[in-house]
Amino acid sequence: MMDTAIMATNDDHEFVAFRVGSQEFCVDIMCVREIRGWTAATPLPHAPDFVRGVINLRGAVLPIVDLASRFGLPDTEPTPRSVIIVVQINKQVVGLLVDAVSDIFTTNGASWQATPEIASDVVKSMVGGIYALEGRMISLVILNSIIPTAEKVAA
Amino acid sequence: MDVMETIRQTFFQECAEQLTEMESGLLIMSEGEADSDTINAVFRAVHSIKGGAGAFKLEALVQFAHKFETTLDHIRSGKLAAGPDVMKVLLRAADVLSDLVDASRDGIAIEPETWTPSAEELLTLTASDSSEEEDVDFGDLDFQPALIDFGDTPSEGIAIEPLTSEFQINFRPRPELYENANETVLVLRELSRLGTMRTTCDASTVPSLDEIDPAGAYFNLSISLETTESQDAVSSIFEFVDTDADLQIEQPSAFELPTLSEPFQFGPAADDHEPPAAEHNVETTPSSRPILTLVEVAPVIRDEDAVPAITIAATPPKAEAKTAPSGTAQIATIRVEFDRVDRLINLVGELVINQAMLSQRVAESNISSSSPIAVGLEELEQLTREIQEGVMGISAQPVKPLFQRMGRIVREVAEATGKEVRFKTEGEATEVDKTVVERLADPLTHMIRNAVDHGLETPEARIAAGKPAEGMVRLTAAHRSGRIMLEVSDDGAGINRPKVRESAIKKGLIPADAQLTDSEIDNLLFLPGFSTASSVSNISGRGVGMDVVKRSIQALGGRISITSRPGKGSTFSLSLPLTLAVLDGMVVCVEGQTLVLPLTAIVETLKPKSADVHPLGADGRVMAIRNTFVPLIDVGVQLGFRSTAMNPSSGVAILIETENGSRSALLVDSIQDQRQVVIKSLETNYGSVAGIAAATILGDGRVALILDADALVTTIDVESIAPELRYGTAG
Repeated sequence: MMDTAIMATNDDHEFVAFRVGSQEFCVDIMCVREIRGWTAATPLPHAPDFVRGVINLRGAVLPIVDLASRFGLPDTEPTPRSVIIVVQINKQVVGLLVDAVSDIFTTNGASWQATPEIASDVVKSMVGGIYALEGRMISLVILNSIIPTAEKVAA
Repeated sequence: MDVMETIRQTFFQECAEQLTEMESGLLIMSEGEADSDTINAVFRAVHSIKGGAGAFKLEALVQFAHKFETTLDHIRSGKLAAGPDVMKVLLRAADVLSDLVDASRDGIAIEPETWTPSAEELLTLTASDSSEEEDVDFGDLDFQPALIDFGDTPSEGIAIEPLTSEFQINFRPRPELYENANETVLVLRELSRLGTMRTTCDASTVPSLDEIDPAGAYFNLSISLETTESQDAVSSIFEFVDTDADLQIEQPSAFELPTLSEPFQFGPAADDHEPPAAEHNVETTPSSRPILTLVEVAPVIRDEDAVPAITIAATPPKAEAKTAPSGTAQIATIRVEFDRVDRLINLVGELVINQAMLSQRVAESNISSSSPIAVGLEELEQLTREIQEGVMGISAQPVKPLFQRMGRIVREVAEATGKEVRFKTEGEATEVDKTVVERLADPLTHMIRNAVDHGLETPEARIAAGKPAEGMVRLTAAHRSGRIMLEVSDDGAGINRPKVRESAIKKGLIPADAQLTDSEIDNLLFLPGFSTASSVSNISGRGVGMDVVKRSIQALGGRISITSRPGKGSTFSLSLPLTLAVLDGMVVCVEGQTLVLPLTAIVETLKPKSADVHPLGADGRVMAIRNTFVPLIDVGVQLGFRSTAMNPSSGVAILIETENGSRSALLVDSIQDQRQVVIKSLETNYGSVAGIAAATILGDGRVALILDADALVTTIDVESIAPELRYGTAG
C-alpha cells in the first residue's frame, strides 16, 4: 500500500497535517491536489453517513468524505472556516472535510511508529502509523481505506 | 517517443483511412456501379499501404498488398472484369489486408497461412498472364498507337480545351526511388492521364549482365507530353519521386491556340468533318485501357469555320483529363487527438455553466434588461451556445466506418452459414458523437449477425418461398428530431412467433397460458436468457442475447424496438441521442433538493387530486389517470430524502414511460424549469447510485443529480446493504 510504503523508505517526504475535532492527522503531500474552502454539498441518496454529498470542483463532481464521521468521531459541523482537502486516491479524486490545516512537515520513514494496539479495527485499518511533532501526535491516514471501494472489490 | 515510432503510428492511422477508402470503393464496385475513379481510389489505397509497409519492412503486408494491387491493376486496365465472383475474392482480400495491417500494427507475428489462401485466389484471377510482376508492367509502357473511330465517341463528356502545350521531360530514376517503394510505371501512368505522351527509354547506360546490380536503376526516360495542364500539374506528378531521380521538365514549344468562336460539338453528327484517318495523330495511354483517350486532331480540321485546331479529351464515361492525380477535391482535414477535443468539450461545458451562473447573478442584482451589462450578457449567451454547438460538431463522426465494419460481419456470417446476402447501407454520412459511435459497434455487430444467421433463410428455403435466393440485410441511419435513428432490417422469414412463445414457456419466462399480442411476443426476444437458435452456432448464440443489446442501447440513453412480418422479414429500430454530453431535462424540486428528470422518459405532468390516489397494500399507492391505474412513486421517499410519503395534492405528478413500455407516476414537490444540462459522471470519482443516472451542474454552481427514471420505478432496497458497502455502488 502506497502510504505504508512511504514509511519503509528512508527518503524524506512532506506531509500535510490537519485537525479533525481534537485530533491531528496527515496525508502525503503528493496525494493532495488542492485545498479549498467549504461549499454546500448536494446530498447523495443512499450514501453512507460519512459521505457529505457531492460538490462542483471546476466541472468535476467531487464526493466529500467527512473524516470525523469516517473515524467514528462526532460529525463535523461544517462552518465557512472548514476546509476540503482534495486528494487523489488511485484514479478517483475525493474531498476530505476537515476542521483546519495545521502544518506541513518533512520526515523520513524511520521516524514513524506503528499504530498502537489500543485502536479499534476500523481506525487501525485507516491509520498507517503515528508521528510525534513538537509534542503533538499526528496519525498518518491510509487514503486507500478511506473509501471502501477497494475492500468491496476484494470481497 | 522516438521519431520512428511516431511515423509508424501515423502510417497505421493512414492505413486505417486507406482501408476505409478501399472498402467503400470495393462496395461500390460490387454494386456494379464502379467508374474508373472508384477503381483508381481502391488501387491508390492498396498502393499507399504497400508503399508505407515497404518503408517499415513489413514483408507479409508488402507481398500481399502487391498481389492485391496486381489484380486491381488488371481490373483497372480492363483485362479482368469485376464480376460478382471476382468481387468476392477482392472483398475477402480486403479483409485479409485489414487483418494484416492490424497484426503489423500490434506487432503480432504473421503466419503465412493467414494470407496465402487469399493471395492464391488473387493470383488465379490474374493467372492468364501470371508471368507478370514488374516486367509485364514495364511492357505496358510501350504505347501501341491505335485508331479511334470518332463516330463511336459519345458526344457527352467531350470537352474542348483551348490551350495545349508540349513538355519535354527527362526522368532518370535513381536506385533510392525504388528503395522508397515508389514505382516508375505508376508515375508514368499518372503522367499519361494529363495528355498525350510519348516515352523513349534510353537503355544505353544498362551495364552488361555480369555487372548489373539487381537493385540498381539504369533507365533514362525521355518523355514528350502534350497536355492542357500547367507545368505545376506536370511537376506535381513527380512530387514524391523528384528527390530520388534526376528530373528536368521543359516547355520548349508552348503554343497558344485561338479561342473558339463557338462551341464545337463533336459527335456522330460531325462525321463529315472527319479528316483522313491517316492524318490522325492518335495514341492511347497504356495499352488497351478503355478509360482514357486523349485525342489530338490539330491542325487538321480546317474546313470548318475558323476552327484551326482542337484538342479533344474524350473520356467516357467520365471526364478524367482534368482530374489528373485525383484527390484534389478532398476536404482538408487535420488530425487531432481525441483527448484534446475531449478537454475542449469539457471546457465548453464549464463555459456554459459559468455563463449561466453569471446570468443568474446579474438577474439577482436587479439590473434592468436594457442596461449594457444585460445586453452584453445576452450576446455572450448567444456566443456560448454557438461555441458549444461548434465543439459538439468536432467530435461528431459519420457512421460510415462503423457501417463498413458491419459489411465485413455480413460477409463472414454469410460465408459461415452458406447464405447469400446482399448488404445495403443508407445514411452513412449521418453524424453522431464519437463516443456513441464507439459504443454502438458491439450491439450492432450482434444485431447484424442475428439478421444474417437467424433472420435470413437458406437460399433453398428462400427459393421455395418464392423469394430471390439472395437475402437482403439493410442498415440505415438518419437524424430525426435531435436523435439518431438506426434500423437493421432483413427480408427473411420474420419472427417465428409460435416458436418464440413455446421457447419462452419452456424457459419459464412466461406462464404457459399467457395471452400475448404479437408485439409482446416479439419483445420476448429482449428478455434475458432467451435464444431461439435451436443449436448453438459459433456465430450467434454465444450466450449474449438481445437482452445484452437492449441493455447496451439503454446505457447509451437509447431505445430499441422490433417489428416483424411473417415471411417478409424483421426490423430492429434504434433511437439514440446524438451525444452523451448533454441531455434535455426537467428540473424538479424534492425536499429542498434540485433534481433533473430526463425529458425522454416523460409522458405528461399533472396535478394529482387526493381522490385520484388510492393506497395499495401497506405503503404502496396508485393513481388513477383517465381510468387506468399507475403506481405513484414518491421520489423523496424512494431516494431516502424523507421517510414519510408526502400528500399527493401538494405536489406534482410526472407520468413517465419506462423502457419496457410500462407507465408510472413520479411524485415531486414542484417543477422549476426545463432545460438542457451538461452530463457529468458520478462514476469517475464516486460510483453508481441507485435511482441516479448522472449529475449535472446548475446555474448556481451546485451539483444536481439526474434521475434514472427506470431505476426509480423498481424498488430500491439498498437500506439492507451495510452502510460501509454502500459507498459508490448502491446500484
